[in-house]
Amino acid sequence: MEEYDVIIVGAGVVGALCARELSRYRLRVLLVEKAADVCSGASKANSGIVHATTSPRPGSLKARYCAQGGRLMPAVCRELSVPFERVGSLTVAMSHREMRVLRGLLARGTTNGDEGLEIVEAERLRCLEPALSEAAVAALYAPNVGVVNPMLLTIAAAENAVMNGVTLALNTEVTGLLVEGERIVGVATGCGEYRCRYLVNATGAHSDEVMRWAGLDDLRLRPRRGDYFVLDRPDRRPGPSEPGHSREGDPLVRHVIFPIPTPASKGILITPTTEGNLLLGPTSTVSHWREHPPVDGDGLATVEEQVKRLVHSLDLRRCIAVFAGSRPSGARDFLVRLEQRPAGLLNLAGIESPGLTAAPAIAKEAVRLLAEDGLNLSPNEEFDPVRPAPVRVTELSPEERAGLVAEDPAYGRIICRCEEVSEGEIVDAIHSSVPATTLDALKKRLRVGAGRCQGGFDLPLVVEILARELGVSPYEVTKSGSTSVVLAGPTPAAAGSEE
Amino acid sequence: MTPIQCDVAVIGGGPAGLAAAVAATEAGADTLLLERHVELGGVLPQCIHPGFGLKLFGEELTGPEYSQRWVSQAAGIRRLTDTMVVSVSPGFTVWATGPASGLLEVRSGSLVLAMGCRERTRGAIAIAGTRPAGVMTAGTAQRLVNVHGHMPGKRFVILGSGDIGMIMARRLTWEGAEVVGVYELLPHLAGLRRNYVQCLQDNDIPLHLGHTVTEIHGDRRLTGVTVCGVDQAMCPMPATAQLVPADTLLLSVGLIPENELTRALGAEMDAVTGGPVVDDRMQTTVPGLFAAGNVVQVHDLADDVSLAGAVAGREAAAYARDGTAGAAWARVTPGSGVRSVVPQRLRLPADPATEITLRVRRPVEQRCHLLLTVRGATVARRRLDYARPGEMVSLSLGAQAAQALREGGDLAVEVVEA
Ligand SMILES: Cc1cc2nc3c(=O)[nH]c(=O)nc-3n(C[C@H](O)[C@H](O)[C@H](O)COP(=O)(O)OP(=O)(O)OC[C@H]3O[C@@H](n4cnc5c(N)ncnc54)[C@H](O)[C@@H]3O)c2cc1C
Ligand SMILES: Cc1cc2nc3c(=O)[nH]c(=O)nc-3n(C[C@H](O)[C@H](O)[C@H](O)COP(=O)(O)OP(=O)(O)OC[C@H]3O[C@@H](n4cnc5c(N)ncnc54)[C@H](O)[C@@H]3O)c2cc1C
Repeated sequence: MEEYDVIIVGAGVVGALCARELSRYRLRVLLVEKAADVCSGASKANSGIVHATTSPRPGSLKARYCAQGGRLMPAVCRELSVPFERVGSLTVAMSHREMRVLRGLLARGTTNGDEGLEIVEAERLRCLEPALSEAAVAALYAPNVGVVNPMLLTIAAAENAVMNGVTLALNTEVTGLLVEGERIVGVATGCGEYRCRYLVNATGAHSDEVMRWAGLDDLRLRPRRGDYFVLDRPDRRPGPSEPGHSREGDPLVRHVIFPIPTPASKGILITPTTEGNLLLGPTSTVSHWREHPPVDGDGLATVEEQVKRLVHSLDLRRCIAVFAGSRPSGARDFLVRLEQRPAGLLNLAGIESPGLTAAPAIAKEAVRLLAEDGLNLSPNEEFDPVRPAPVRVTELSPEERAGLVAEDPAYGRIICRCEEVSEGEIVDAIHSSVPATTLDALKKRLRVGAGRCQGGFDLPLVVEILARELGVSPYEVTKSGSTSVVLAGPTPAAAGSEE
Repeated sequence: MTPIQCDVAVIGGGPAGLAAAVAATEAGADTLLLERHVELGGVLPQCIHPGFGLKLFGEELTGPEYSQRWVSQAAGIRRLTDTMVVSVSPGFTVWATGPASGLLEVRSGSLVLAMGCRERTRGAIAIAGTRPAGVMTAGTAQRLVNVHGHMPGKRFVILGSGDIGMIMARRLTWEGAEVVGVYELLPHLAGLRRNYVQCLQDNDIPLHLGHTVTEIHGDRRLTGVTVCGVDQAMCPMPATAQLVPADTLLLSVGLIPENELTRALGAEMDAVTGGPVVDDRMQTTVPGLFAAGNVVQVHDLADDVSLAGAVAGREAAAYARDGTAGAAWARVTPGSGVRSVVPQRLRLPADPATEITLRVRRPVEQRCHLLLTVRGATVARRRLDYARPGEMVSLSLGAQAAQALREGGDLAVEVVEA
């Protein structure tokens, strides 16, 4: 049986960054994920905001890791070549009564260590965000709030971990724990057993279940669903892209726009993404889906009504997709704990919002806790923190692009016309260190099929490229692994000509 | 990189672009045709059913046959296939990329846009539910079946009574799949009546008007959809909800002209057609920029697309040779009962032979008149036995209308019951 120093279960943003952090040391690390791709849980369906600390209670782990994570994020994104933008946020008061809430948020954020918070009114507010409703009287401006692409962050972290020696096992569901005496010594999975000295539970929505397997009963998650609309990005500008001169058009909304928070959530917001789309949402309603919740029609209606109060000119006809995410809610605070009984188990559980923001700090804390417990950390001399940016043809100058196509014509064949993705980029993603083997995996990395045509044009071509590169039949190509096959079989005529 | 020079560049090699390139070449222009696919013909190679060419060739052809006629006519014309235009600048400079061509810069005197349209998707109509495999547009399914030889599923529900959806309902039935039904939100058919008769009725495929899909089910692969009747305001009535098991949902819920490049050049757009505002010579509001086919408005018939393309090509050649004549224009506006009209502008003095095409707002199942009015006075009329939103209709401007426009004012188009 294979033996590891550390096994991390769950390749969401927390598990992936944790694996990368551990790869700085000479350790045998296994990252186990049940889905066909990393980033298949909450980390793929959220707002992607690097939050300020105006909501977590001072002294909580949420407040601490959110503040630390927010400070680490720009450097982490730079090393991993992941888009991060400090867009700033505005929490908007629609009446003078709500001003009190803004002052409360400002005080709390300042206590938690946020810098640059201020309340802006009238002229200044209009100037910052001209599209905002006239009913807005003031807003709390948090200039350091950022947005990150959470999928690319998770994927890049996992890739960097694998580059630095971590083993990744996809399509591998942990079904039980191996226990010897008072110690966890490994996991049972659908693909056999693996032993380890330490087990890290980073299973998101399932983290309380894994804890119960270990006899720990102090966490009960009650998932809350969040529904979103995705609006199309503005048109690109004419001309070729030049270094430092992007072709992307001007967005309608530049900041993250929050309403006044409710006790249950930060409310329904408007978020500009790093790709230039706008996200509208999320709702926050109790649901029984721990993962992959269905989008709720009533939820979408609520989103529409709420966001239009903030910005009247939002045009829902620009919607290109809807999705929903599931929050692992129910805990009062993050549960980050190295267990004593049973020993050998580190829980990173109940990591709900601001978990994405906090993830880089939680990963560092995980390593510290393991070291404190006796895990020997000698530096991995070959560790390279940099995960190079994959080639994106749209980001090259005309000369670079021409040169690349001359070298490899596949970079000239545009497969996804809305997002301008070439065959070369798709092939690169399929053969990268965390291979993209499904349609959804390609969508997360390259946005093929994520644009305005939602894959209408490119689906037949992408299926053929996947089949060819993976050496499988087109009828085995899936949307997201297991039984999610895209095609049913050949047409009678095609089947006839095969014979 | 040395730029390629030409008089007329045509973007898109479907029926519109092919006809434009042929006409521009005949008018003496040095023409370059740019097409993203390896093959010319646009959507036609996947339309293997008959129904093309009656108007232009007087015989019923399949899409590939119709396309082949035009490809032969275009045989000598300079073209770059497998080459996608990624950006354009005023003036005109076109950037395109392809595996054989690398990145190209093309300088042209005038430009014809013929990029066709794309289909509306699940996201665009925001259907609730899960996100399994097995949801796709009807046109994607058409390409999979007719070009690639793949069956996308075994048991289908089709949302929307657009032409592609009805044509696919028949095709899939013929290929041995089960089509449970076609569901249409509107109280009337969205596509052509002839497609309803030949594709649905003749194959016993039920059409449910006033129905929509409200939820998608299935974790990995689609397992079914909830369908629901809608009230007069098109709101689903929960009491009528019904679960329909299926493994594939095809969407035939409309086409959207593909105009990112057009907008980038600053052409005025028509919010109803989704295409640029054009004049009777298919010139947009940007001098030297022409457009034709589905990029301007969604057409029912490829023959009409080819005709419009030919006008655009001929005029683009004239522009490249002579430049603008600095003309004045009259507006053409949709009046009562009319949803959209093309062209939206007429160059003055107006040409009496100009065809005004339009779509009505609601079905009129009785005799009616199309009227052209200038300053409130009727200047042309055409009698119709019926008028349906799914079927584009046209009438000629005529001498009286052309004369009236000389004296100023705009042209309005109306439909009135007889
Ligand atoms: C609607 C919504 C909006 C949010 N917005 C923000 C925001 O703007 N900013 C922010 O900072 N945070 C936000 N969050 C929170 C953030 O998304 C989460 O805190 C974070 O993604 C949690 O990461 P994770 O790695 O713990 O969990 P996940 O991403 O859920 O990863 C867990 C992984 O474990 C795998 N797994 C589970 N069980 C097993 C098993 N038995 N065997 C193998 N693998 C298993 C799963 O497949 C999954 O891939 C939001 C969350 C939601 C739902
Ligand atoms: C499913 C279906 C069934 C139909 N059935 C009938 C019928 O029975 N009878 C009938 O008469 N008509 C029918 N039609 C209508 C007719 O086929 C269309 O109206 C016609 O094809 C539109 O022609 P087009 O040239 O405007 O667009 P398209 O045929 O869509 O061609 C556009 C071309 O432009 C290319 N292009 C787009 N962007 C770029 C770019 N940036 N760079 C380079 N190239 C680009 C595309 O690849 C494509 O080849 C049908 C249409 C469809 C979709």
